[in-house]
Amino acid sequence: MVAVLIGTATFVMMRSLPGDAAWRIAAGRYGYDNVDAAAADAVRAELGLDGPALPALLQWLGDLARFDFGNSLVTGQPIVDEIAHQLGASASLALVAVLLSLLIGPPLGILAGLRPGGLLDRVLLVVSTGIKAIPQFLLALVLIVVLAVQLRWLPAAGHGEARHFILPSLTLALGLAAVNARIARDAMARIADMPFWRFAKWKGLSERQTLMRHGLRNVSVPLITYLGLQFVTLVEGVIIMESIFGWPGIGHALVHAIFSRDVPMVQGTALVLGLGFVMVNALIDVAVRRLDPRVAA
Amino acid sequence: MTKPFLKTALALACLALPTLAHADGTLDVVAQFEIQSPEPSTSGYIFTRMGVAETLVNANADGKLTPGLATSWEVSEDGLTWTFALRDGVAFHDGKAMTADTVVNALEIARAKPGPLRDLPITGMVANDGAVTITLSEPLAALPAFLAEFRSQILSPASFAADGTGVAIIGTGPYRITAIEPPLSLDATAFAGYWGAAPHIADVSYSGVSRVETRALMAESGEAKFVFGLDPASVSRLNMLDNVDVLSVAIPRTLLIKVNAAQPFLADPNARRALSLAIDRAGIAKAVLRYPEGADQLFPPSIAGWHSDAIAPLDYDVEAAKTLLKDLGWEAGSDGILMRDGERFAVTLTTYPDRPELPLVAAVLEQQFRAIGVELTINTTNSSAIPAGHQDGSLDLGLIARNFSLIPDPIGTVLSDYVGNGDWGAMNWKNPEFATLVRSLARGEGGDAERAAAAAILQAELPVIPIAWYQQTLAVSDKIDGAQIDPFERSFGLQDMRWAE
Repeated sequence: MVAVLIGTATFVMMRSLPGDAAWRIAAGRYGYDNVDAAAADAVRAELGLDGPALPALLQWLGDLARFDFGNSLVTGQPIVDEIAHQLGASASLALVAVLLSLLIGPPLGILAGLRPGGLLDRVLLVVSTGIKAIPQFLLALVLIVVLAVQLRWLPAAGHGEARHFILPSLTLALGLAAVNARIARDAMARIADMPFWRFAKWKGLSERQTLMRHGLRNVSVPLITYLGLQFVTLVEGVIIMESIFGWPGIGHALVHAIFSRDVPMVQGTALVLGLGFVMVNALIDVAVRRLDPRVAA
Repeated sequence: MTKPFLKTALALACLALPTLAHADGTLDVVAQFEIQSPEPSTSGYIFTRMGVAETLVNANADGKLTPGLATSWEVSEDGLTWTFALRDGVAFHDGKAMTADTVVNALEIARAKPGPLRDLPITGMVANDGAVTITLSEPLAALPAFLAEFRSQILSPASFAADGTGVAIIGTGPYRITAIEPPLSLDATAFAGYWGAAPHIADVSYSGVSRVETRALMAESGEAKFVFGLDPASVSRLNMLDNVDVLSVAIPRTLLIKVNAAQPFLADPNARRALSLAIDRAGIAKAVLRYPEGADQLFPPSIAGWHSDAIAPLDYDVEAAKTLLKDLGWEAGSDGILMRDGERFAVTLTTYPDRPELPLVAAVLEQQFRAIGVELTINTTNSSAIPAGHQDGSLDLGLIARNFSLIPDPIGTVLSDYVGNGDWGAMNWKNPEFATLVRSLARGEGGDAERAAAAAILQAELPVIPIAWYQQTLAVSDKIDGAQIDPFERSFGLQDMRWAE
């Protein structure tokens, strides 16, 4: 159902864009030095772009039912292969960024939440608000200038090796961590204020034991729920990071496909992203249900 | 919950550390171009520039044709039969020998796809013993130059699927591809069976990085050894660094305004001259492009023969421009915009952002045209809007960058752009004298005097208004010696580079 909706919506949107698709595809294929009427005509003849819309849509849906995404109009390669390659690059980047953000954000947030109003809490509020307020592309450029150009510790851009992960994932992670640190801090402060927390301490548990036994599970529920929402921010961020750091990811592919009217490619990428969103949220619901017995009851 | 996380992260970091060491034996090339697929008709220029694929004919820095995979070529008396003698002992990267049959196969496949070969008057290509014969229906002196273009690259038959689509790039060049990952990367290593001198640097890689800021930062940090396509701002910064050399060369590409000569306001050559006089080319060159000078005629000095010192240079003179327009019946209206018969002198300038300087120059032109009372609306859109607007006649003015030597002899581009109805050339402009001159040049008759005469006609009539001649700039690490820029943009010259001592 989601697949049909996304596919149809992207199809209608791409069809209703102004400009002749054959020209745009030809420009995408041959570049601005070589796009001319002959190239556009060749594209039009090859792809049968003049045909009516409804049969084209129905055919795409039929192919989809057989898990056939078709071929890219620009490169001629099977879309499944292109997406698999690009999704892999984007997903690994996103995964590293999320792990990194969980390493940075929640521990700091929990420490701050244990002492609301303390020095760490106040510093964290300023820093996380500051980071959140900086556009990600600016943060990325600042990190490149400092860590790659000035200090020469890391490569400025590129992909393929482990060290290429660090800068883009760190940029993404800082943005995510700025928010989940706040979530963790608020959750921790709320929990530390509850009667069961005082009871745990009263019965003789140390601060550390209380946190491990009673705190973490409680804090993790809002954090994980919020992770689902952050998926959208993450997709957005990945698109920007891919363009700045030269990553061959799905965001990069989607932007280029829209520019050159590569309709099957747009449908394929939008579908994968849409299904990905549904899947991530389903997984998070399951995870929350397991963590929080109150939801299951 | 945090502890296992930290442990996992530490373990991951330890695993990652060995790969953090940079493989310094590779010459990393970075440019803006994306590899679409192993298809010579679309991404072929990347493979020829990287030294993976080669053409029958090469061109040197002066645009003179030199032997490539063909050692020599000759044409019959009537100009209709060309014979290209092939180099002996050339092997493709798959071990197969290059024969006349494989060459004809590659050229026939190229000719069936959109590209310059398809429009040539070729009637047949025949494989002889060690030579290829191409027959024409009319003389074409520039045929060898067409065979130097990237889409005429010679690939092994195994490079193509049954329908002619490229599936792998199996060329004859000094480098063979070891890994290709469209859209952004390519690795290659020296090909042991190369017919020529072995390259000094064995391993090379290509990365497509679309943002110019990122490319400049990669050059600055030493991450990439050879960075192609820099913007003016980055060039001035990179010039201050010790570990990077910035190379710059004038290339046969001109920034120009394509004019619809059928548009009622622009039909009179004097109206086009007035627009030309309103353009402060030196100012645009210095402030926007950071070039030493603007263009004073269409063809840059690097196009020998066509660039002429004899023709009067294009001037900047706002008062003269106003006088010309006044003589055409235009009077300034209340807001300063010219009016004639109740119509405002308002036109649209279409351009595209693929080359980042174009929208900037368009913004400056809007100001400079306003100074003579012409209102410009800028439409920055997809590059295909220029040829599409040419075809349906909707274009007024187009700000474009046109390369005259994608085929090393500009005659092909001049013929299609200013005699034929080329999408990127003159629009609704015809000049019989010019057409006769250029057609005879294309047949191989006439010389530099005829070329200069043709250039003078373009200067007088201004079917397009030249603004600047391009400079190609690139940054090379000081760890590399022997880097040069090819003004014809055919090769990165990797095989001639060596590690600095």
